[in-house]
Amino acid sequence: MPAALTFLLTFQLVGLVLVSVLNLAIPEPVIGLILMFLWIHLGWPVPIELGPLCEGLLRHLSLLFVPAAVGLVTYLDLLSQHWVPVFLALAISTPLSIAAGAWTFSALARWMKLPPEGDEVKQDG
Amino acid sequence: MDRAQLWVYLAEQPLLWLTVTLIAYMLGHAAFVRSGSRAVVNPVAIAGLILASILLITDTPYAEYFEGAQFVHFLLGPATIALAWPLYQNFSRIRRLILPMLVALVVGSLVSVGSAVAIAYSLGAPDQVWLSVAPKSVTSPIAMGVAEKIGGLPTLTAGLVIMTGILGAIVVSPLLNLMKIRDWRARGLSVGVAAHGIGTARAFQVSSVAGVFAATAMVLNALITALVASLLVTV
Repeated sequence: MPAALTFLLTFQLVGLVLVSVLNLAIPEPVIGLILMFLWIHLGWPVPIELGPLCEGLLRHLSLLFVPAAVGLVTYLDLLSQHWVPVFLALAISTPLSIAAGAWTFSALARWMKLPPEGDEVKQDG
Repeated sequence: MDRAQLWVYLAEQPLLWLTVTLIAYMLGHAAFVRSGSRAVVNPVAIAGLILASILLITDTPYAEYFEGAQFVHFLLGPATIALAWPLYQNFSRIRRLILPMLVALVVGSLVSVGSAVAIAYSLGAPDQVWLSVAPKSVTSPIAMGVAEKIGGLPTLTAGLVIMTGILGAIVVSPLLNLMKIRDWRARGLSVGVAAHGIGTARAFQVSSVAGVFAATAMVLNALITALVASLLVTV
């Protein structure tokens, strides 16, 4: 595991250096992601445990958002002043955006005659 | 040490808030599993509510909580980079679909920004507020940067990004079931565009294909938004 973790963190560090040197508006993990993807894609050597480490981190990705979600308490004052327009904007635009994106993709995939994947959708609600 | 002293001592230890964060998440996750993996039982929302209540009741400042929670928060960076792994494994599948993905991404993103701004503006939100609403669907560091550049409030945007993510994770399955859109790729992509990392986390819970498409959409959306925003400023 230490090899895989070092590998991952090195990409983040390189990302951080690039972001600060080039003054990029993109967060360093996104740069790190692109660089690591290129590295693997080029077939360069990677630690054996990289796959399991990545899968482990992603399996409970939700957990990692919890501290930021708790941070909502610090915005309560700001949010409560304008909660009607803000809440309605989020509550309407989020489903609208999901519907628009999913519909556009399926319509295009059908038009391009690409076979669908996932007819076995779980009825999980 | 009496009880009050013990509390003061513990509350200063990062260990307390780190452990409580994990316990709250485990409770949220257990509730999610018990419900038969229903989207409305969102582990992030449950854990967030539990922890926020504890902080309010015990009168603990967020900064003190974060001393412990930062260890969890830090892993967001490595976890984002870890997305390269499933992206690599599914690259052939993504490459074939890059054109419909990009079109759907732009449509989803424009609908997100356009409708949110239109609603907030027409309901009389002040300029700073509706400008803060605009980048709510992008991953938070980029959203905050955009908010700052267009004259919104970055801190308000950070909160709205989280709310959008939780909302998206909750509505995606029921909404798309209703619309009879069964394609995992479409489902993942749309939630990645509309609800960034929290939506992506939800997509991985349901299907690895949906997760990969959500991750790709989130990253492309982040890159395109950052690009458009920096062009906007130079103009």
